[in-house]
Amino acid sequence: MKQLMVFVRKEFYHVFRDTRTLLIMFGIPIAQILLFGFALTSDVKNAEIIVADHAQDINTKQITDKIEASGYFLVKKANISTRGIETAFRKGGLKCAVIFPSRFGADLLHNGKAQVQIIADGSDPNTAKTLINYLTAILMDYQQQSGTASALPYSIVTETRMLYNENANGSLNFVPGVLALVLMIVCTALTSVAVVREKESGTMEILLVSPFKPVMVLIAKAIPFLAMSIANFTLILLLSVYVLNISIQGSLLLLYIESILFIITCLSLGLLISNTTNSQQTALLISMMGMMMPTLIFTGFMFPLENMPWIFQMVANIIPARWYFLIVKAIMLKGLGFAYVWKETLVLAGMTVLLLTIALKNFKTRLS
Amino acid sequence: MEEKVIICNNLSKKFGDFVAVDKISFDVKKGEIFGFLGANGAGKTTAMRMLCGLSYPTSGEASVAGFNVYRQQQLIKRNIGYMSQKFSLYEDLTVLENIRFYGGVYGVPSQIIKSRSNDLVEKLGLQQEAKKKTGALPLGWKQKLAFSVAIFHQPKIVFLDEPTGGVDPVTRRQFWEMIYEAAASGITIFVTTHYMDEAEYCNRITIMVDGRIEALDTPQQLKAQFGANSIDDVFYQLARGAKRSES
Repeated sequence: MKQLMVFVRKEFYHVFRDTRTLLIMFGIPIAQILLFGFALTSDVKNAEIIVADHAQDINTKQITDKIEASGYFLVKKANISTRGIETAFRKGGLKCAVIFPSRFGADLLHNGKAQVQIIADGSDPNTAKTLINYLTAILMDYQQQSGTASALPYSIVTETRMLYNENANGSLNFVPGVLALVLMIVCTALTSVAVVREKESGTMEILLVSPFKPVMVLIAKAIPFLAMSIANFTLILLLSVYVLNISIQGSLLLLYIESILFIITCLSLGLLISNTTNSQQTALLISMMGMMMPTLIFTGFMFPLENMPWIFQMVANIIPARWYFLIVKAIMLKGLGFAYVWKETLVLAGMTVLLLTIALKNFKTRLS
Repeated sequence: MEEKVIICNNLSKKFGDFVAVDKISFDVKKGEIFGFLGANGAGKTTAMRMLCGLSYPTSGEASVAGFNVYRQQQLIKRNIGYMSQKFSLYEDLTVLENIRFYGGVYGVPSQIIKSRSNDLVEKLGLQQEAKKKTGALPLGWKQKLAFSVAIFHQPKIVFLDEPTGGVDPVTRRQFWEMIYEAAASGITIFVTTHYMDEAEYCNRITIMVDGRIEALDTPQQLKAQFGANSIDDVFYQLARGAKRSES
């Protein structure tokens, strides 16, 4: 036991003296959270838009005011032709154009029906779709308020709610994703590199000749990274709560327990990788490319798994991060308890036991 | 009757069809400096690994420090020290931290670690460098420190795997003085080397060729036996007949 403590202390020296390790460990989560939270947001704010109002009547003015007041758009009023609009799009910057024909108000008044044209920059389909949705909603809203629809015998008013995320906050979905990603990178990559470094420097040989048990070498290596990962997890949670204003709905304790389980999964994976290679570069490459990319793609936080061909859905099932992502989403965002995540937990626990067994067994057989 | 700390009887190791070590037999006495020579691929490292408890022999018998290499590897490890050709201390740890770490791994009580490491630093003249990282030390110092760390827990036997590779002649000389000192204090030295002049410093040497021991005696006797002027000649006579080499 005392020997283990000596060893663990040495491991902490390594971690704290290597700026590269520290940078990966704490730089990545901060960068990721800030990137996803602010830079890579899919919410659209202040999109440049031209309103070409050829009617200049009370209705079009009211609608334009509504568009301006919504906060999503930077409205530029210009009475230009369709061709002028195309040139404006080509110049770039412009996201969307709304064109009221000259008889807009009159048509509305006399026929009860008027046309408006919305043109969006389709080269960026996601933004275009979002903007069109906003504009349609604004128009619908205006129609209902102004009572022009009251000519109809009845009207259907849709009331939509984004359950668990009433404000359509885009940060909500990626926080669990970033958690999975960061823990994966930190635990897997850094652990494998730490073990392989001992092989490269020849110190592993010395340790194996010492009375220190080989399995204990692995445990001693894993402990500092377990501790650092828990610290890391806490850091991401704090950033999410205080910087991104996400509130944690479910039990914090359960979240920690599940995260520690996932951390152990990643540590086992790291140890397994370290068994298969003798150079730090290879270890880093395998864990970065071999683990990060699948995690990014198959976790479901960037690309919905439901839309993938079944074969990829099967692949996704063997990615530990996928299960962890589901668990975190359920606990953190929906506030569900253990009764709802026990299946995912079981899968994750099974993977951990399997990976750890293979890793330890491999490590032992290398010696004789 | 002198105490024998390593007894090796028909020890063999096979990897599939390949016989890496072929029925080697020898004894090493307490306090002896025992040189283990051989070309690359002759089976030195494999033999040494078996004696250190790192791998199981395929057949034959051996005991190290009185413990059986099949059943008592853990006890063997407790009683030996090991130093490899690579510098094997942690470069990002200070001199003192390295000493304390290895002392701790071998279960030396912390009070003893403290006093002994202070003595050691003083003996090596490293007072100025004690709190500096070992990565900054010159290679010669590193190897001397590595040797001191290998015998820090006062093992019965210390295995040195080409300890002076790449070290300048002056430091090599000092290194061998340390080896003599350790041997005088009763530690048995088992050393592999490529430097034939170093082989002459040993009490007895063996020369391995193709997994077998081809010669085993004092340097003087071997030279007389082969009619050679130096161990270098003896080695060349034996090794040129080798069928396998690593080049």
